[in-house]
Amino acid sequence: MRLRTLTALAGALTLSLASGCAQGDSTGASSNTVTYWLWDTNQLPAYQACAKGFEKANPGLKVKITQLGWSDYWTKLTAGFIAGTQPDVFTDHIQKFGQFADLKVLEPLDDLDIKDSDYQPGLAANWIGQDGRRYGTPKDWDTVALFYNDKMANDAGLSAEQLNSLAWNPKDGGTFEKAIAHLTVDAKGRRGDEPGFDKNNVKVYGLATNGGGFGDGQTQWSSFAASAGWNYTEKARWGTEYQYDSKTFQSVIDWYFGLAKKGYMAPFSDYNIQSNQANTQVAAGKAAAALDGAWMISSYAGFKGLDIKSALTPVGPTGKRATMMNGLADSISKASKNKAGARKWVAYLASDECQTVVGKAGVVFPATPAGTEAAIAAYKKKNIDVTAFTEPVADKKDSRTFSYPITNYAADVTALMMPAMEDIYGNGKSVSSLDQTNDQINLILSQ
Amino acid sequence: MTIASNSPPSRLPLGDASGAGTKQRIRRAATRENQGDGRLAALFIAPALLGFAVFLLWPTLRGIYLSFTRFNLLTPPEWVGLDNYVRMVNDPIFWDSLWVTVEYVVINIGVQTVSALAIAVLLQRLTQSAWLRGIVLTPYLMSNVVAGLVWLWILDTQLGIGNEIISALGVDRIAFLNDETWAIPTIALINVWRHVGYTALLLFAGLQAIPGDMYEAAKVDGASEWRMFWRITMPLLRPVLAVVLIMTVIGSFQVFDTVAVTTAGGPANATNVLQYYIYGSAFGRFQFGYASAMSVALLVVLSAITVLQYRLTRAGQTDLG
Repeated sequence: MRLRTLTALAGALTLSLASGCAQGDSTGASSNTVTYWLWDTNQLPAYQACAKGFEKANPGLKVKITQLGWSDYWTKLTAGFIAGTQPDVFTDHIQKFGQFADLKVLEPLDDLDIKDSDYQPGLAANWIGQDGRRYGTPKDWDTVALFYNDKMANDAGLSAEQLNSLAWNPKDGGTFEKAIAHLTVDAKGRRGDEPGFDKNNVKVYGLATNGGGFGDGQTQWSSFAASAGWNYTEKARWGTEYQYDSKTFQSVIDWYFGLAKKGYMAPFSDYNIQSNQANTQVAAGKAAAALDGAWMISSYAGFKGLDIKSALTPVGPTGKRATMMNGLADSISKASKNKAGARKWVAYLASDECQTVVGKAGVVFPATPAGTEAAIAAYKKKNIDVTAFTEPVADKKDSRTFSYPITNYAADVTALMMPAMEDIYGNGKSVSSLDQTNDQINLILSQ
Repeated sequence: MTIASNSPPSRLPLGDASGAGTKQRIRRAATRENQGDGRLAALFIAPALLGFAVFLLWPTLRGIYLSFTRFNLLTPPEWVGLDNYVRMVNDPIFWDSLWVTVEYVVINIGVQTVSALAIAVLLQRLTQSAWLRGIVLTPYLMSNVVAGLVWLWILDTQLGIGNEIISALGVDRIAFLNDETWAIPTIALINVWRHVGYTALLLFAGLQAIPGDMYEAAKVDGASEWRMFWRITMPLLRPVLAVVLIMTVIGSFQVFDTVAVTTAGGPANATNVLQYYIYGSAFGRFQFGYASAMSVALLVVLSAITVLQYRLTRAGQTDLG
């Protein structure tokens, strides 16, 4: 009897656990709820405001927003795709686009009729897959510029005008290297371009380090490589051959990491992705300037007791300045349980109506021109001049914007390029070693 | 069956089991009794067995199967035979990862075991204070990730207080976690810091089992602490030490979180330990087949090391007469 009772109890417990599991549905999906994920905590209030507008315009539909940190975001999203607990709509990054397209987890959005001309140039086209179908709607954009400590620049006798008209070349570094050298100060107060400068005892580096830059070098070497006329692959989108073996590229990398050997840029050993990124070095007064992205504008502006300004990237050997223009998008999961609602929400996210609301928050540049204008005005209200980020997009004559590399096997490219670049920067390995890495990458892409 | 069913085991004439019939009766009764116990035992074991089957046995078998496939999680696995193993043997990053892991384990286990043993002996021979014994365990109360982050900040080349002190002493700053040479020893020592108290506690428990009169007798004979350590403590602690070693070596081979938090496998793969490489291949690059093959390799290496350790240290036997 006792045994039977125990068995019955155990059975009941198992049943209750099983049914409990079946009831637990973390997505909260239903026909009137659209689940939406994003990673940037600064943008959460702006999108919450957007969701309110959407719910007002679509009575009966609700948007449930979840914010997750960048690294957890992708792990959880992947797990969600496998377990069927993915959100209906999520913020997508171009770096992951190729992989998600390969895995066929994205819903085609051609019927939303997204027009290139409604958004800043190039943003809409990036989200067309190799099959010619659209998998993302333009959401926002960013470029890279040179943040600098205004007081340190003044002490070095460098005006905003001078810093905005620098030029560089891989041979002697041009006026850009001269400025960076002059901003560098050693422990005894000697500047980088003064006699007796001690490169092993630097107090303030002219340029902060942001590490080796993986395969994209977005906030490291990409502006220099692109202004020297180099491209990641043989064509703008869905290329099949990377060009890290190019002599032009390798000469740029040699010069760029060479800044650290001269003591003008912080060495690789000072960089840590967790504890000491470029913005931390500027905030701590250990670096006078840093190449960084528009998504960091509010962070740099918020450093207490420091006046941080921004300048255009330098003009390169091609006679143009260059900056990476990257844009995020909103994508719908193929397995979404509420595709009709998700389509409506994505269309709303891509509209001027929502993007102007987001722009007004002054945390990011929305993809539509009206949204961008609203953001510029909002930054101005906060007394932040963002011209260094917006001018390259508006001025096609003197500036070149280029996209994040869009290819298959993006994760493999990163896995191979990360140690390769760190070896050159940190261990002084020759840039010609990139020939072999490039061969390995192209072999993977040719599969 | 019928004979025994009427005779409760407690009433069997155990003291007078001379006749063959009685022996048989006892055996039958015991079998019957065992059957009753067996069912109850099975019931109690069932949850653990279920857990073992669901969380260990099935994943292991499935992992072994997946190691022979190309699998990206979202589309069905595709059988590729030994391809993943061939790739593994020819993959210099795999061998480098294995080497880096071994380097980590040697430093981690070497330093940890010696320090833990020293702490355990000191705790046993010098103090009775539970407070002092407890304090040794405190780093273990912290999660690996938090411990990693705290040390990352302390040791940061440019901003860490550790390097500020080194610099104030007039010595060049050390890129503890950002230099090829220093990174693995630093991570190994961070984990020694966190685990040494726990290991010491296990050894301390082993020391408590050694009869105190042995030390008293040795003292009467005029033996020094040093001599007592080598002649009494070490031989009698050996089985416990062996088990602790087996457990810590297995744990050490699985190092992941500290690496993920402090160096992310860098600089230039210098801390790309095997678990981190497996994780990156699976969850970063969606190569679950290849990652499974490497996991199987790790399983084989760990099993071999464990068997070897068990044999060499005679972990199953004690010298306590």
